[in-house]
Amino acid sequence: MAQKTISPTRMELTRLKTRLKTATRGHKLLKDKRDELMRQFLEIVRKNRELRLRVDEGLSNANRSLAVASAIMSPEMLEQSLLYPRHNIELDMAFNNIMSVNVPVYSFNTELDDSSSIFPYGFAQTSGELDDALASLEGVFKDMLELAQVEKTMQLLADEIERTRRRVNALEYVMIPEMQTNIKYISMKLEENDRSTKVRLMKVKDMVLETAGYGK
Amino acid sequence: MYKIAVMGGRDTVMGFKALGLDTYPVSDATEARGIFNKLTSQDEKYAIIYLEETLSKTLAQEIARFTDKATPAIILIPGREGSQGLGLTALQNAVIRAIGTDIL
Repeated sequence: MAQKTISPTRMELTRLKTRLKTATRGHKLLKDKRDELMRQFLEIVRKNRELRLRVDEGLSNANRSLAVASAIMSPEMLEQSLLYPRHNIELDMAFNNIMSVNVPVYSFNTELDDSSSIFPYGFAQTSGELDDALASLEGVFKDMLELAQVEKTMQLLADEIERTRRRVNALEYVMIPEMQTNIKYISMKLEENDRSTKVRLMKVKDMVLETAGYGK
Repeated sequence: MYKIAVMGGRDTVMGFKALGLDTYPVSDATEARGIFNKLTSQDEKYAIIYLEETLSKTLAQEIARFTDKATPAIILIPGREGSQGLGLTALQNAVIRAIGTDIL
């Protein structure tokens, strides 16, 4: 391991020990966070998949009806019929906090709540397929909105999980082992210093005794 | 108050107009990029942008910029040609990114 030069002092040792303690604690917390994020993520992924399939199918149906309608009606007529929407959709957004990830929560309200009048045109000059297309679009729209929310949540969680995982691994395999070896190095060095001081003192004592005439 | 935008081929977005969403028909890549940048700029308050699947390849870089942001949500929808399953592929990629393997 790339050893940085560390000064083998008691102060450094104490500092490293506190850091190791914090790192271990942080590692444990992050690991818990990762596990919980993972659990939530799996739940959301499952929901996302379900909604995605439903929306794909609903939109395909709507598109098919629309294709038939556009084959029957002239493009100008079709465009004209759809030009002025009968209702306005207002979207509201709040944020929900999942394990410190802010995910959006959408709620919407349409200005015209009567679903029988979603058609912004008269029935006389338009084909029935257009009605079908709009009705199925209207039906799938709620799912689409939920899909948007779930999919965004999924993306944000995926990002957070990736980041948390990196941090857990960095702590587990780099930071903590490095600190442990450093602590070991310092304590060995300190013990070594102790021993050498002791030996030096014994030697000095011997020399002092000898000069004082108490020698062998 | 936030808004919802739908981007895609003229035929795809047409129906959404009647639902009261803001629709942006596009015909080529440069136009798509221009509109996308305009929709995602700060002064437009779009919370959700539904994007036709076929555009996702040309706009891949632009979309990637917003995956980690809370808004706007960019959601792929199937176009007129029917679903190509790109939405599910994106989901799979996210799962692989987060967990490390494809568990679906």
